[in-house]
Amino acid sequence: MKSGSNLEKVIASGKPAVTAELGPPMSADPHEVVEKAHKLKGFCDAANITDCQTAVVRISSIAAAYIALREGLEPVMQMTCRDRNRIAMQADLLGAAALGLKNCLCIAGDHQKFSAAGKLKGHPGAKNVYDVDTTQLVGIMKKMRDESLQEGGDKIDVPPKFFIGASWTPMGDPMDFRPYNLKKKVDAGADFIQTQGIYDVELFKSQMEKARNLGLHERTAILGGIIVPRSAMMLKYMDSSVAGVTVPKALIDRMNKAKEAAGDDKKKMRELQEAEGLKITVELIHQILEIPGVKGVHIQAIEWESAMEGIVKAAGLYPRPQV
Amino acid sequence: MIVGQQKPFDEIWGMVKGFKKVLVYGCNTCVAISHAGGGKEAEILASMIRMKATQEGVDMLVDNAAIERHCEPEFFEPLMEKVRTYDLVLSTACGVGVNFLSDRIGDIPVYPGVNTSFYGAVPKAGFFVELCGGCGNCILHLTGGICPVVRCSKSLMNGPCGGTDKGKCEVSKEIDCAWYLIVERMKKLGKLEELFSIQPPRNWATGTHGGPRRLVYEHIMELEEEKKAGK
Repeated sequence: MKSGSNLEKVIASGKPAVTAELGPPMSADPHEVVEKAHKLKGFCDAANITDCQTAVVRISSIAAAYIALREGLEPVMQMTCRDRNRIAMQADLLGAAALGLKNCLCIAGDHQKFSAAGKLKGHPGAKNVYDVDTTQLVGIMKKMRDESLQEGGDKIDVPPKFFIGASWTPMGDPMDFRPYNLKKKVDAGADFIQTQGIYDVELFKSQMEKARNLGLHERTAILGGIIVPRSAMMLKYMDSSVAGVTVPKALIDRMNKAKEAAGDDKKKMRELQEAEGLKITVELIHQILEIPGVKGVHIQAIEWESAMEGIVKAAGLYPRPQV
Repeated sequence: MIVGQQKPFDEIWGMVKGFKKVLVYGCNTCVAISHAGGGKEAEILASMIRMKATQEGVDMLVDNAAIERHCEPEFFEPLMEKVRTYDLVLSTACGVGVNFLSDRIGDIPVYPGVNTSFYGAVPKAGFFVELCGGCGNCILHLTGGICPVVRCSKSLMNGPCGGTDKGKCEVSKEIDCAWYLIVERMKKLGKLEELFSIQPPRNWATGTHGGPRRLVYEHIMELEEEKKAGK
């Protein structure tokens, strides 16, 4: 075992792994993290704790991950390359490991420009860091764990033992480079991969075939990403505005149909769309888990953590393995 | 070249309004090409300040002048005596010029009339793009001549992030994704596989992160010394 994390053990057992997502609040109140942790606990093998997603200031991933851990939910702390240089990154990794965190996902991070959206002023004038990129951060984490060395070469007495993850956008431009992008992260030392949300399963299949041809599925655990759809509007938005995500028209049509079946009843409109969204999610889980080389699913029920229980039960992924 | 943009006039007026004798001092090299701070722009800016001073009832003498380059002493030394008769120099040179003159002029303030924007090129008249970040550690031979340090919004070294959409950057649909361009260019060059090896963490100390940079050619300095000594 590299880290001994629950996620690592489930993946090693050969059973399909399930990860979820927990977004920390824009407040110093820990209760929201605690509540979300309780909704997810038992229904996933580990939950990602996002690191100031969309560049919005929130409880830091490490602190929220520690709160989740205390509540009995295994966290996957996230670390963006946007906000820290290699000094801060390594200091935080030492600290996170000292607190008992065992999984870490490396990501580039959304540009700070995204922080000013809707009603939020954000910090679009912030200076970003990008001292290292995702691939390099993966390499640093591996060097710390396996060689007991800092990036600069100084010795670490007690190295941080992380199960190292990286993100992958299989359907992003330039699409023919994406399998090689993945290969670089795997070569650098990524033990597991969580993908951007998948709706176009056929397109993902073809990208997975390229990844398999490079032998990557045997060197890393690829978890297919699923963003739980809640409405036709959300699906349309993701199709048109989220990079690397395409939503087949058939899925949007299904959601529209569910919406229309409610007539003018707003409450029913929401209920029917959510029910259809859960059905679509379960179908996607099955379709993605059938693809050779896929070792699990990363289910993001964004601000809808209570949906996880029903999803994993309906998908036949409950109870989660005890390893 | 260095591309600059004239500061908003209100900001400039805020800087100059308390002075009695102002020289608007242009530079006829890079910032002249970007229509920000050459002799012509210095002249126009000086007359705008004069008009504003008249409107506001402020008693102020505003002159303008320009020299070929603000980054080498030989160009401005001949004018230095005259320049020192003003109580403010509003330089429309790039930041290099403002600094260089400030270091030499004595107790007269030198204020910037231009925002020094970037190192760039002019794809067509009136359009300037940033193409180099002056990082001091060039890797263009590895990336098809397209710079990820400055043309990628995240300075990524190993490939695109998840934000590329139809070849554009997540920051703006107006900005090309540098990694999209790099991949396409390397394909054209038949060198795509060169992008498959991992670029390790960079040494940023060659850029602005290692403190102010200097470059010393001792043989040239010695030659100059010898010339001066009449050898």
